[in-house]
Amino acid sequence: MAIITMREALRQAMDEEMARDKNIILMGEEVAQYNGAYKVSQGLYDKYGEKRVIDTPITENGFAGVGIGAAMAGLRPIVEFMTFNFALQAFDQIVNNAAKMRYMSGGQFKVPVVFRGPNGPAEYLSSQHSQATQSFFAHVPGLKVVAPGTPYDAKGLLKSAIRDDNPVIFLESELMYSWEGEVLEEEYVIDIGKADVKKDGSDVTIISYSKPLKYAMESAEILEKEGINVEVIDIRSIRPLDEETILNSVKKTNRCVIVDESWPFVSVASHIGWLISHKAFDYLDAPVELVTSEDVPMPYNHKLELAAQPSVEKIIKAVKKVMYI
Amino acid sequence: MAEKLYMIALSPTMEKGTIVKWNIKENESFSEGDVLCEVETDKTTMDYEATDEGTILKILIPEGGKAAVGEPIAIFGEPGEDISDLLSEEKEEIENVEEKTQIEKQVETKNTTIPKEIPENNDLKRIKISPLARKIALMKKIDISKIKGTGPGGRIVKRDVENYTAEPVRTVKEIKREYASIQVETRDEDVVIPLSDKRRIIGERLSQSKYTAPHFYLTVSVDMSNVLENRKMLNKKYNLSLNAFIIKIVANTLKKHRRINATLNNDSIIEFGRVDIALAVAQEDGLITPIVRNADKKGILQIDDELKTLIDKAKNNKLDPEEYTNATFTISNLGSFGVDEFTAIINPPGSAILAIGMIKETPVVENGEIVIKPIMKMTLSSDHRVIDGALAAAFMKDLKDTFENPILAIL
Repeated sequence: MAIITMREALRQAMDEEMARDKNIILMGEEVAQYNGAYKVSQGLYDKYGEKRVIDTPITENGFAGVGIGAAMAGLRPIVEFMTFNFALQAFDQIVNNAAKMRYMSGGQFKVPVVFRGPNGPAEYLSSQHSQATQSFFAHVPGLKVVAPGTPYDAKGLLKSAIRDDNPVIFLESELMYSWEGEVLEEEYVIDIGKADVKKDGSDVTIISYSKPLKYAMESAEILEKEGINVEVIDIRSIRPLDEETILNSVKKTNRCVIVDESWPFVSVASHIGWLISHKAFDYLDAPVELVTSEDVPMPYNHKLELAAQPSVEKIIKAVKKVMYI
Repeated sequence: MAEKLYMIALSPTMEKGTIVKWNIKENESFSEGDVLCEVETDKTTMDYEATDEGTILKILIPEGGKAAVGEPIAIFGEPGEDISDLLSEEKEEIENVEEKTQIEKQVETKNTTIPKEIPENNDLKRIKISPLARKIALMKKIDISKIKGTGPGGRIVKRDVENYTAEPVRTVKEIKREYASIQVETRDEDVVIPLSDKRRIIGERLSQSKYTAPHFYLTVSVDMSNVLENRKMLNKKYNLSLNAFIIKIVANTLKKHRRINATLNNDSIIEFGRVDIALAVAQEDGLITPIVRNADKKGILQIDDELKTLIDKAKNNKLDPEEYTNATFTISNLGSFGVDEFTAIINPPGSAILAIGMIKETPVVENGEIVIKPIMKMTLSSDHRVIDGALAAAFMKDLKDTFENPILAIL
């Protein structure tokens, strides 16, 4: 397998799909002539031209709506948000139109649109530009929400998202674009709604996704040296959620830590915590622990910025807490 | 927070109680000390007093319903609270218990459900335990009140249950044993002998017999002249034990009194079709009761022969279980120890036991004159649930007649 960056994996996914289906268009701020703010769409403008790779003005609510309308009219748009922080401008379009149109039209309209872009805290961006928005979108019925943690998963999941007839929120992470990983050279897709056991273990389950998955894996490695055998589950798809894989793991290990870089209150993590307490109650030996971002706006100061987010230290501490050591 | 109200032990031996009356109905509030309901226990009807205050949100066991100690009987809390979770949990619980009792019934017939938590000092102390640990403890039948928790705040967690090695949940029998014995302070000069399994089983079985079977006793004096004379005559040729005569005479009399040769089986009485007579034999470490099967169909010679073999085996601890279990009637003879008379404890599944004293030269008034006769006193202990006084008396009269005229035994 080739070792490529997440950025390249995402580009390959879009390139392969656009080559396969001429109804697929890409739109967003600086995606065309500038090759993307984070260079995810590099080369696509030259290859597919201005009718399929479209630069938009800074009008998130507007171009998100255009994307939804285009999807209803038969195209398959990929709408890039320069960051999901800006998607909050388009929240009405996403929540009220994209998510509900198929339902409200009695199935007459499909909305095969993908909203993608970086999500979650990066660095030195302060509180308006550095937030993890997954809980907002995951809350809304009608949206699929996907957040890969490796280049391999990113490519396979993006291809599935593009082929999906429903709106998919595809969450990337700015800091992850340059992370490398093995990616299959031949064509493959990963089904939305399937979690992945990233590491087998018997003592405790860490559930994570997207960027913090890396911290979970690092924590597992450190804990392993102390004799604690950690299982790491990457949910990959937030909605639909693969409950079976989560529950099977917790039933095996009896202890669980959920790592989520969004805020703790009514979050993806808190939902999974409830799910476990509800459906695996008799298998629990300890209360489920959450490691999330602190319940505050993101500080600008770098030390505080780091302190507000999940870290390897916080995960190890939580694991030891559920292990009663 | 709504909570479950559990059945508590209102008497030391109570396992189950029937709710005769709910004094506080659903949606009525109560305060500490109020009588929530009246519970009919194994002994009497008791008041169940509230130890807390609140409102009865849901009655789980209606009037006339039974609940084992430790089982929830109601849910209480603040008026209007949502108790759907507790209710669905309760439903699951009941299903689990049903499933569990099904399995247990297959394994052992007598022990019913195990209480989930055994209350200590009749006080339902809340035990902190993880759901998983609780489940494991239930499966392994470990009494969680005995486990020391090492989790936060003393919470019992998986490792505590797994590392716990002591005895499984106390069964009804064992609880009774605890009531029967007391804590004794030992001193240097005391010799402490650990209870052997045999000793323990004797204790358990006889306690169970004495606790559950209402014993009553009838004593009769028998003139043994004829038996002794017959024996003396026969012993010119044979060497027959007195016990062989006793067994033969008892067996043949029992055949005519089927109710004495019977047992209580749940809601029926079984009158045994066989007469299997056990004879209590003393061993160094306890007592054993080898059995002469179908004694009514055997002659004294054969009975004596079998007895010799059995007693020999008993003294050498060589008896097979089928040689000493499931007698229909038992005889205990302490005559050779010079005991005049005594009362014995019924040996289940039999419903009666005959205690035989020594044959003693005794002055007896006969036709206005004092004559000296070899008199033997025998006492029948009977289980009143199966045998009534008059039935036992009729049997003893017949038995006395047969002892005094042994020829009747061959009729």
